[in-house]
Amino acid sequence: MRLEVEITGKTYRSAAGGTHEVLSPLKFGLQSGEVGVLIGPSGCGKSTMLRIILGLDRDFDGRVTRPAEARIGMVFQEPRLLPWRTVEQNVRLAAPNVSDAKLAELFRILELEAHRSHFPGELSLGLARRVALARAFAVEPDLLVLDEPLASLDDALAGRLRDEIATLVGSRSVMTLLVTHSLEDAIRLGDRLFFLSPRPARIVQDVPISIPRAERSEAELARIKAELAALPLESK
Amino acid sequence: MQLPEIEVLRLLSFAVFLAVWWTAALFVGGAKLPSPPAVLDVIIAEAASGALFLHLGATLARVALSFVLAMSVGSAIGYLMGRVKLADRLGDPWLILLLNLPALVVIVLAYIWAGLTEAAAIGAIAINKLPTAVVTLREGARALDRSLDEMATVFAMPRWRAFRHVVLPQLAPYVAASTRSGLSLVWKIVLVAELLGRPNGVGFEIGVAFQLFDTPRLLAYSLTFAAVVLVIETALVQPFEASATRWRPRAA
Repeated sequence: MRLEVEITGKTYRSAAGGTHEVLSPLKFGLQSGEVGVLIGPSGCGKSTMLRIILGLDRDFDGRVTRPAEARIGMVFQEPRLLPWRTVEQNVRLAAPNVSDAKLAELFRILELEAHRSHFPGELSLGLARRVALARAFAVEPDLLVLDEPLASLDDALAGRLRDEIATLVGSRSVMTLLVTHSLEDAIRLGDRLFFLSPRPARIVQDVPISIPRAERSEAELARIKAELAALPLESK
Repeated sequence: MQLPEIEVLRLLSFAVFLAVWWTAALFVGGAKLPSPPAVLDVIIAEAASGALFLHLGATLARVALSFVLAMSVGSAIGYLMGRVKLADRLGDPWLILLLNLPALVVIVLAYIWAGLTEAAAIGAIAINKLPTAVVTLREGARALDRSLDEMATVFAMPRWRAFRHVVLPQLAPYVAASTRSGLSLVWKIVLVAELLGRPNGVGFEIGVAFQLFDTPRLLAYSLTFAAVVLVIETALVQPFEASATRWRPRAA
């Protein structure tokens, strides 16, 4: 399975009547089993790009090809849980075919077992984000999209959740697209890093990381980071 | 038995009402304002003959039918108008017209056009309640959270499941509000419709009492009716509201 994104332009009409260019022409592809990371400054058009890829925004020039039968799992920037359904119902409504065993495993990995019957209003943001992750993984997606899933969490929790995402992504063959502005998340999770320019976004660098995710030592991560620091990037 | 404080307050306020009524009856006296026991006597007599239950039953049946009709049609139209701009543009002038049309006009026209029939009465009551249901549900549909819609789309939720679990819970407070305000509207209008063109029901009885200037009978029927409304409000409407908002974190 393969995702092909070829956007030739996207403009947006503001309430004041002006038109703004959000995306410059850009093109990239993603294979099954690959984690692509979109890194760029705030407001550069990453979320717009995701909405186009997910099929939520059809008003753009270009095309996005993904297999029609591809199941999508999505973690939005905000958890976007149904406040009137429990944690377990939230996951099951998105993934009606999930087995009890699979669900139990996900809840165990994400440490949500104690919160199955809680309502989202009773959860902290960190917990709600984990429920959103559980929901995305429960659908056994072919395309997994993560929009800054670790933003505004403290470092320790973000680090643990990042490891959990790595485990879950590694456990099945899935095209993953991660949006972040944390270089740390990018080099620990990504196979290919796409650095974006400020708005209107275009890809300024496409950096593959050849070492498999599980085998990246701290020393190698530091080396990759140093190499990236040397690149002439507008987006850091 | 220890009564909760709120119950005590309610009983107290009811006792004050009775005391004021009784005192006023002592001063005014006679046929204009009968005392509580005199009215109670009429209620008992009417209940014993079965007439009270017949008329109350007829009124309640009309309320139920016209209310269900108005709520279901009104909610559907309101939802459509909140979601589809074209429907909103087309429906809006009609909505404003219906909202401001006096109930009496609708009832009289319905009786003229459809005859003094049950269908005319129920239809006329429903038409009076319909626009408020439309307005409330349209607001509800406009306030729907788009980010949750997107979530349902991305996760490819089937239409019905998304409607039931994503949309309906968001509409529930609006349905509750519309039930509440709509029911009180229907309670008021049903009596007018009965007075003008039905041979039974509380409204008919009040009409008869008015022609005879029979105040005890008038009060007997209207107070029993008010009591029934109160019971239905507390026993049905309030629990429904409570269950529709169960998921909200409790206010401190």
